Amino acid sequence: MDWTLISIILVSAIKTLAIIFGVVLPMVSYTVYAERKVSALIQDRIGPNRVGIPLTLFGGKKDFSFFGLVQPVADAVKLLIKEDFTPNHVNKFYYWLAPVLGVAPALITLAVIPFGSVLNLDPILVPLGNFLGFDLGLGNIPMVIANVDIGILFIFAISSVGVYGIVLAGWSSNSKYPFLGGIRASSQMISYELSLGLSVIPIFLLIGDLNLTTIVEYQIKHGWLILPFGPDGFTLQRFLLWIPMIISFLVFTVAMFAETNRLPFDLPEAEQELIGGYHTEYSSMKFALFFLGEYAAMIAGSSAIVVLFFGAWHLPFIPDGSGGGWLGLFWGMVNIAAFFGKVAVILIFFIWVRWTLPRFRYDQLMKLGWYFFFELALINIFIAAIILAFVP
Amino acid sequence: MAYTVSRPKMTLAEKMYLPAIVAGLIITARHFKNMLLGRTKVLMQYPEEKWDANLPEYYRGAPTLVKDEHDRERCVACQLCEFICPPRAITIIPAELPKESKFAKVEKFPEEFKIDMIRCIYCGLCEEVCPEQAIYLRKDYTITGLSRAEMVHDKKKLYELGGTMDGLVHKWNPLK
Repeated sequence: MDWTLISIILVSAIKTLAIIFGVVLPMVSYTVYAERKVSALIQDRIGPNRVGIPLTLFGGKKDFSFFGLVQPVADAVKLLIKEDFTPNHVNKFYYWLAPVLGVAPALITLAVIPFGSVLNLDPILVPLGNFLGFDLGLGNIPMVIANVDIGILFIFAISSVGVYGIVLAGWSSNSKYPFLGGIRASSQMISYELSLGLSVIPIFLLIGDLNLTTIVEYQIKHGWLILPFGPDGFTLQRFLLWIPMIISFLVFTVAMFAETNRLPFDLPEAEQELIGGYHTEYSSMKFALFFLGEYAAMIAGSSAIVVLFFGAWHLPFIPDGSGGGWLGLFWGMVNIAAFFGKVAVILIFFIWVRWTLPRFRYDQLMKLGWYFFFELALINIFIAAIILAFVP
Repeated sequence: MAYTVSRPKMTLAEKMYLPAIVAGLIITARHFKNMLLGRTKVLMQYPEEKWDANLPEYYRGAPTLVKDEHDRERCVACQLCEFICPPRAITIIPAELPKESKFAKVEKFPEEFKIDMIRCIYCGLCEEVCPEQAIYLRKDYTITGLSRAEMVHDKKKLYELGGTMDGLVHKWNPLK
């Protein structure tokens, strides 16, 4: 019995279940709730505020409305009990396959993101192990599901597969509006993937490694990449490098907006308001999967922005969780909370931009992607390379 | 014929679009902040706060029938409202008044008067056309029911909702 191997597999499985199913999926539902609330407050109204704990269902006298926080539960119940039918004019194989291809890549990209430093659960596991007679001490558990060396390349590769979900949904629906929506979405996503990939190359020129955990460690030693200084103080190279870093941040963020089909690049969704869009023919659970995939992609994109530019889980004067004992466990949890807090701020920024900007027209969108951002990202690489080569 | 549309010249700041984005973000942030701090008052929490006290006098709610000051029903079953109703929500079955009544040879009365509130569009044409001023639109706007049968207001309910109104039909009362 190779307990080491079994424990590694078990710990990975538990991390996957706990983070993906325990944290990210509820976070998706509450991102929908946050979107409704924040967009309502921007539009001078309040969002859902009545769905609370329905005590009257269980025989109580009055419902408690906790600012509508139970609204996502009501949404989920509605989507589960709705009738799920397949129209008979669709291509059945691709119709059933498309929502899966919409959701799975968004969730898989979360596997390489370091959402915390380390978590040392020994204060709980060792007494439990002594009680049961086994040695359950696991040491410092790294808070990343898959610490692969290709890091960011994995994210780009897997999110490209997400285009297939939309294309197949539009194609299999066998009707003109989903078809047009799918075509536009696919061309938009492919165009902005170029800028997405090229815009972060200055970061790898500086750090020299694609592994996301190494990037976070560099940012802890030398300051977050979005700032022109760090614990080393002001150096000329770092100060000059701030310009390509800011350009890189802007291009990456705009390309992330385009990849997740958020305003101002939301032509595939706009047709949903106007005509149809790629999920016209989809009903309850398949529609829920598309919706979930879109918000999970938003969370994955925000996590990538936070990891690359904002130092993932790092806060300036707080230690990481490797100290051991109850204090180490506490700081480990604080690091995880700091990461998700930063992701939440970026998500609110996504929602804020959605209700500020009008949508781009299709030709303006393609011109921006191919003429402007692509070249800007290329020039940015040259600027960063020159600064790194010639400034000490 | 080629028609050239003249586009306005954009300054560098307008072409870059980033300053406009930032200005827009500041405007929406200000709306957000004002709502959070409670400074914007555009809202009424509907079932708890209603605006019924401010409804103007000519507000068109649900139609009702009225009785006059001698507690006689005013409706004479002329069926004008039934014919003018655009969605045909009113159904009337006229009948002769009983022979003992003083007005037996002069007027009819409605044996059955039904208004289907699912069809009623609250236009007020029945109130305008009635020659006896028997049908009036009151201020009630929340008519709900759990079945289609429940949503049909029959004669008894219409008189109950209507009440009494006196001294308005000028052919029987001299103008004061």
